Amino acid sequence: MSEVGWVETALVAARPQAVAALLRYFRDLDTAEEAFQNAALRALKTWPQAGPPRDPAAWLIMVGRNAGIDQVRKTSRLTVLDDEKAVSDLGDAETAAAERLDDSQYRDDILRLLFVCCHPELPATQQIALALRIVCGLSVAQIAKAFLVGDSAMEQRITRAKARIAKAEIPFEAPGAVERAERVGAVASVIYLMFNEGYSAAAADAERRAPLSLEAIRLARLMLKLFPGEPELMGLAALLMLQHARIGARFDADGNAVLLENQERKKWNGELIAEGLALIDKSMRHRRPGPYQVQAAIAALHTRSASAAETDWAEIELLYRALERLQPSPVVTLNRAVAVWKVSGPEAALALIEPLDGPLAGYFYFHGMRGALLAALGRAGEARDAYSRAISLAGSAAEAAHIRGQLDALSETAKAS
Amino acid sequence: MLYAILCYDDEAKVSAWSEAEDAAVMEKLGAVQDRLVRQKRLGPVARLVPTTAAVTLRKQAEPIVLDGPFAETKEQLLGFYIVDCASMNDAVEVAKELAVANPGVGAYEIRAVKFYNGLGAPA
Repeated sequence: MSEVGWVETALVAARPQAVAALLRYFRDLDTAEEAFQNAALRALKTWPQAGPPRDPAAWLIMVGRNAGIDQVRKTSRLTVLDDEKAVSDLGDAETAAAERLDDSQYRDDILRLLFVCCHPELPATQQIALALRIVCGLSVAQIAKAFLVGDSAMEQRITRAKARIAKAEIPFEAPGAVERAERVGAVASVIYLMFNEGYSAAAADAERRAPLSLEAIRLARLMLKLFPGEPELMGLAALLMLQHARIGARFDADGNAVLLENQERKKWNGELIAEGLALIDKSMRHRRPGPYQVQAAIAALHTRSASAAETDWAEIELLYRALERLQPSPVVTLNRAVAVWKVSGPEAALALIEPLDGPLAGYFYFHGMRGALLAALGRAGEARDAYSRAISLAGSAAEAAHIRGQLDALSETAKAS
Repeated sequence: MLYAILCYDDEAKVSAWSEAEDAAVMEKLGAVQDRLVRQKRLGPVARLVPTTAAVTLRKQAEPIVLDGPFAETKEQLLGFYIVDCASMNDAVEVAKELAVANPGVGAYEIRAVKFYNGLGAPA
């Protein structure tokens, strides 16, 4: 890392806590953000010479507060805060900050900041964009690139989101236990969505969208640090890590998706796997299962088997059953059908998914899976029909190409027999 | 004499590294390790997952397993080296090299090893 590198890293690490405290103080997202920017600029000037402060977040909060107060004074005739709260000398700031900073508040501060960005009134894309901008500190240009839209479109999206937040009136007092749990749940689901935005990208976009997955993992780690005894947060972090660990093996040289069973396991990221497996094991000791833990447990079983052939499909089938109970959805049933196919054969799997033709009639993967099962049962004509429906629903050229490959294989089999 | 060099740093900061930064730090540390390997002085080197993924077993009549360590402190144990050194000063020199490879805040705690049983123990 370069000489200035450590300053930037320290700023990134301290950002959520500092912006969160400034938000509590100023009760306005824009003011808090500007105050942090000002403090960060001062840090970039002074830290390289003075060395890192003992508590970078406390330093940034103090300096940011003062910068924000100056700003408020300039723009308003009202003196909103009394003089004694303004500390101008940077040397004093750190000592004062250490004394005044109430550590017990910071957990609810960060949760509030995250919850503001993940507010249920915002559409998912705005939630994710806002969290990336405010909490993670990505630039508008970086976020626009990850979402594959222009800078001005992203700028507008973030501005609109902020305007809605300003109207939403987030309570600033410490939340009660029920409210806290609701906030944790809302934030967790946005982190999960953020990850999937990056993870579900096609090969051509994977590199541009990767920051979404990485920032989601960072936020999952942050939440875990705030709530270290919450098994669903352990499950969420484990799930994201175990999925992301496979990123290097998911596409071949031509950018085609490589199915899990064909991936080169030595290309998986061993460090992320070690952390993810430790977290899922730890979460399961709590015996309070939830959807993230079950999904992570499934990912862990895939990761732990030495080869695709040794995968414990019976156990995976049981876990999908548990997931169906916790979070009933036809897509979960479709996933369970993959395990049923491996354990009990294609006929049982087909029987399981036939009733899904209603809810999943417009779902690419349903028809792809149905085609594969029919092909395995030797019902080539029906398989062809199912594959054709899948192609008509394909969301990308790569998806369509994959099904065309299946159709070709079907014709090859027909010729051979 | 074997010395343990225990690496303490703020895991929030370390996990804020980008993949590229992480790789760059590991490469520089690897260069220090390579020299120690060539001199046949390097024992196990370990990098630990964050404390959020750890559990703690408290010894008591019925030992209990807790989440954590719940880090009250700013710095956590993130990894360690076992190095064969002529003296404490020699071990300090090795730690200084590691600090050059991975600058910033944090600390290396240097402790002489009084019992060692494991892989790669020097005869």
